[in-house]
Amino acid sequence: MAEYVWLIIAIPLAGFLINGLLGLSSESYRKQKSVIGWLATVAVFIPFLISVLIFLEMNAGSEPTVVRLFTWIEAGSFTSDIAYRVDQLSILMALVVTGVGFLIHVYSMGYMKDDEGYWKFFTYLNMFIFAMLNLVMANNLVLLFLGWEGVGVCSYLLIGFWYGDMEKASAAKKAFIYNRVGDFAFLIAMFLVFRAVGSLDFDVIFSNMAAFSPDIAFWVCVLMFIGATGKSAQIPLFVWLPDAMAGPTPVSALIHAATMVTSGIYLITRFSGLYMGSPEAMLLVAVIGGLTAIVAATIALTQYDIKKVLAYSTVSQLGFMFLALGSGGYVAAMFHVITHAFFKACLFLGSGSVIHAMHHVEHELEHEGKDAHFDPQDMRNMGGLREYMPSTYKTFLISTFAIAGIPFFSGFFSKDEILAYLFNAGLGEYGAIYFGLWGLAVITAFLTAFYMFRLTLTTFHGTFKLPGKVKGAEDSAKYLHESPVSMTAPLWVLAGLAIVGGFMGIPEFFVTTFTSTDATINWLYSWLSGVTTRAEIILPYGIKWTLVAFAILVAVSATIFAYKKYDNDKGEETDAAIRARFGGLYTTWEEKYLFDEAYEKSIIKPGHRFSDRVLAIFDIKIIDGFVNLIGSVVQFFGSLLRFVQTGVIHTYAIAFLIGVILIIGLLIF
Amino acid sequence: METLLNLTIYLPLLGLIGILAARSEDAVKWIALAATSVTFAVSLPLIFNFDVASSDTAQFVTESGSLVFGLDIKYIVGLDGLSLLLFMLTTFFGPIVVLGAWTSVKKHVAGFYSMLMILQTGSLGVFASLDLVVFYVFFELTLIPMYFLIGIWGGSGRIAATIKFFLYTLVGSLIMLVALVYVGYHAGAAINNGVFISDWRVLSGMEYQIGLVEQTWLFLAFALAFFIKVPLFPFHTWLPYAHTEAPTAGSVVLAAIMLKMGTYGLIRFCLPLFPNAMLEFAPYIAFLAVIGIVYGALVAMVQKDVKKLVAYSSVSHLGFVVLGLFALNVIGVQGAIIQMINHGLSTGALFLIVGMIYDRRHSRQIEDFGGITTIMPVFAVMFMLAAFSSIGLPGLNGFVGEFLILMGAFTSESIGNIWFAIVATTGVILAAIYMLWMFQRVMFGPVTKEENKNLKDLNAREIGLLIPVMIFIIWIGVRPTHFTQYSEHQVTVLLEQADEKRIAVIESAQNDIHNLPNWASKFYDITPSLAEATTPKTDQDER
Repeated sequence: MAEYVWLIIAIPLAGFLINGLLGLSSESYRKQKSVIGWLATVAVFIPFLISVLIFLEMNAGSEPTVVRLFTWIEAGSFTSDIAYRVDQLSILMALVVTGVGFLIHVYSMGYMKDDEGYWKFFTYLNMFIFAMLNLVMANNLVLLFLGWEGVGVCSYLLIGFWYGDMEKASAAKKAFIYNRVGDFAFLIAMFLVFRAVGSLDFDVIFSNMAAFSPDIAFWVCVLMFIGATGKSAQIPLFVWLPDAMAGPTPVSALIHAATMVTSGIYLITRFSGLYMGSPEAMLLVAVIGGLTAIVAATIALTQYDIKKVLAYSTVSQLGFMFLALGSGGYVAAMFHVITHAFFKACLFLGSGSVIHAMHHVEHELEHEGKDAHFDPQDMRNMGGLREYMPSTYKTFLISTFAIAGIPFFSGFFSKDEILAYLFNAGLGEYGAIYFGLWGLAVITAFLTAFYMFRLTLTTFHGTFKLPGKVKGAEDSAKYLHESPVSMTAPLWVLAGLAIVGGFMGIPEFFVTTFTSTDATINWLYSWLSGVTTRAEIILPYGIKWTLVAFAILVAVSATIFAYKKYDNDKGEETDAAIRARFGGLYTTWEEKYLFDEAYEKSIIKPGHRFSDRVLAIFDIKIIDGFVNLIGSVVQFFGSLLRFVQTGVIHTYAIAFLIGVILIIGLLIF
Repeated sequence: METLLNLTIYLPLLGLIGILAARSEDAVKWIALAATSVTFAVSLPLIFNFDVASSDTAQFVTESGSLVFGLDIKYIVGLDGLSLLLFMLTTFFGPIVVLGAWTSVKKHVAGFYSMLMILQTGSLGVFASLDLVVFYVFFELTLIPMYFLIGIWGGSGRIAATIKFFLYTLVGSLIMLVALVYVGYHAGAAINNGVFISDWRVLSGMEYQIGLVEQTWLFLAFALAFFIKVPLFPFHTWLPYAHTEAPTAGSVVLAAIMLKMGTYGLIRFCLPLFPNAMLEFAPYIAFLAVIGIVYGALVAMVQKDVKKLVAYSSVSHLGFVVLGLFALNVIGVQGAIIQMINHGLSTGALFLIVGMIYDRRHSRQIEDFGGITTIMPVFAVMFMLAAFSSIGLPGLNGFVGEFLILMGAFTSESIGNIWFAIVATTGVILAAIYMLWMFQRVMFGPVTKEENKNLKDLNAREIGLLIPVMIFIIWIGVRPTHFTQYSEHQVTVLLEQADEKRIAVIESAQNDIHNLPNWASKFYDITPSLAEATTPKTDQDER
């Protein structure tokens, strides 16, 4: 079955081409929305089925299968093929991408129903799935890079989907450019790898790890990580992700939460063998991840736009994954990638459902002839939605439980695993720093539970606040309604996964403590053991259980605290109280640590000014001026000589005579 | 086949006769279209019958007797791995350029198309000729029609632009002419019984070697001409003017074909004739190339005129090509060769696209647009594809060239420092910045200008002429080996030969090391400890 892996990639491509070309050329095809939607959805569902079949055929010990289609780029000693690799890691990613991707396609058929660019939307979505699958299934770095940049383009197109709004177009461009900064480092990493090993094929690289000197290994790791900070939105390149929320909500769920932004984690997990050999690089990964986690969590605390809260939450959770990578928990990171894909996709789609409803309200009010304009994403306008949107509420709540780390929801297991690895790393090299990071991670975990319940409770509990906030919207509650089944069904599937997803990675000590057998209850560990390495956990059982208990305490106390403060209509007062308590710190959070402003001031503006006022002038005045100067000098001498060319025969004759005399003189003396 | 090659080169001239005889403007256009289309059709068998395995020997060769009494100047034309793709690119762009100018040229129509025909023959001759003097004649022949194209059918500042273009490139090539004559006599004295010889196949061979001192001067003279043509920073200032003032057809030919004559000349003549100088100067030229990449991109970023932006982006992109050439390894040079084609396609497409919007709106100022995507969706798709090709998106053509060039430069021993490649790689960020920022301001956002609201989307002619370009943009991106295969073998052989020749020259220089001026012995590594200095520099590729 694995030899049919190319179908997984070809089918979404076909979907993209059919919808794209027909949509571009035929006005009437664009109106066949159900055809377009179903075609695109099926083009993701079949690959999902194939992935499942391949997955079922494999076991933890299966050797990787490589399917080569053709030689892509070749010059001198360099070759790279269009070749796909089926192993435990890539098939797992393929399942997540096609599985979550399929659900989001279904959801989008409802969500985008009335949009003019329906055909374009599904064309882009299929193209994204195609690129993302290239990224995770590639057998060499160049093809991986094709997927890497490909998802970047899709992200660009989808963030700027409503390009008529300049702000959205700017957000799209910003995303692409910040990603390109990361890609620059990724390219250099590839060159270094090629120089060291002579190939960019995974097989060759992984079997020649000895060819990397410690220095080269360090730089390759750091450069790849910089690439990852672009795609996976880490400090210093994370600023594009919150802006990326300008795209339609299903896009935020699929690309900017579940799949694309985790590709940096995938890349580093792929190269876990190399990273394990470079503790300094791992430390860097962990530090950046830890800082990003806490920075984004504190920002999330202050936001009112529900998508922005989720966006910063995503950045923060990605930081968690990098913490895991940096402390040697590569499987733990993948674990969090998967559980996060479930609950964060569910949360984003849930927020989409809410926004959909609020838009509907705005639309209906407009229909009534009332001039009631409000921000349909501002949670201060919401509240009490659980009555009107029970499915959305329940699934949202379940996912909130999962992300908060409430026991036995999926996020609990994966987050626990990360904390354990951090603590464990605290006992090794650079222990003090890792302990510090563990502390940061615990605080972040507390904040995560807190801001997520703040979001959920403000949105769904209490009373509907729009009527009191906006003039003309007094009895707008009657327009609130639950979203159609095509939207709620994916929510329920994802919520179900958010509950049970954690059981694929139950920590082994949950069992071995009591049975003292070498139980392989942790399915994910055994599944990925052949394709990744990981740091050894040296913690005794006592500490492990203490850590779990502590994590539960943190999550539960944050949840209770949040319920006390926000499970009523006093949310804004609580926010004000927090603001008063933290003062300047809170302002810093609210202003997002001024990252954007700092870049604007220190790089963008000066760069532009330098190019505009120095280089562009230099080009015209100095370089071209020099060219013109040479021209003038030649012209000047030419004009001097012109006086000689008088055209008067007498002058010529005299000059001739003088010349003859001179020559004769020279000959004589 | 030989006849076919000659036919391809001179068919446009036949078209020229037809154009001069034509009665109406429509007839002129159709004759021009027919002539260029037939030229393209006739050239196709050449690529189909090209023997890839022996791409290092010229194929379909026509060789005349001596043209000038007492000198071995012969009319020799043929195609090999270096020239085949560029030759095909030229015939490919023929009909596209004619169609592109279909409605936008209104005055002196017959003259305009006559110039295009002469230009076409000149360009084809440049790439096909294998005799230095014949090459030179064609090289200069292309200047004249371009001079008139810009000077007569150009924009408001056309006169100054065309004079600058003409004089600047002419100065370069006159200096090259002097060097060329020297080479001819020198080679004649060395291997041809004292008779002037300019047959490339002989001069590039192992038998003919040039001493170190002569190599330096001759290389500089040749390279200057080519650098101006490329144009390499800081010789680029004629380009923005010429591009901005030229009519669309002129810009397209200039960007797609004529700039490549510079880079083509470097690899065709400088490498086999002056291998030592090429190697020793590589770091300095790579330095200029890298500056050009970054500088061109930064200046492009702040342009207010779309066409000028694309012109400066050419400076940046051609910097990549020069960098790849001077990496002097197979990866870099192959990357450079395919990037010449890529730049032709993507920048050619961009100029066509800018021309299309100019025809509708009579403006190229970025600020005059905004929200065009809503009004011209098909145009938007084409524009975006060309922009992403220019940015170097994997899956499209630009990536293949840039990637190979950067990889070649990174592992190059002639450049000798990875920082050149690293700084050059920032070009990928800058390209995204200037392209997407421009694209956003022109294509996205609300439609703010009243004049833009009624713009017509592309018509069948415009779509039809862009689609072939787009097909190649994608084709090269997905299956680059279909194209790189033509030059792979020859590039490998050329680089190996250059290495051998280099060693031979160094060895003979050692024998009369005392006769060399001081600077030469400092410049070239001809110290007695030759064992290290003369190991082949392109070891890298064998690994």
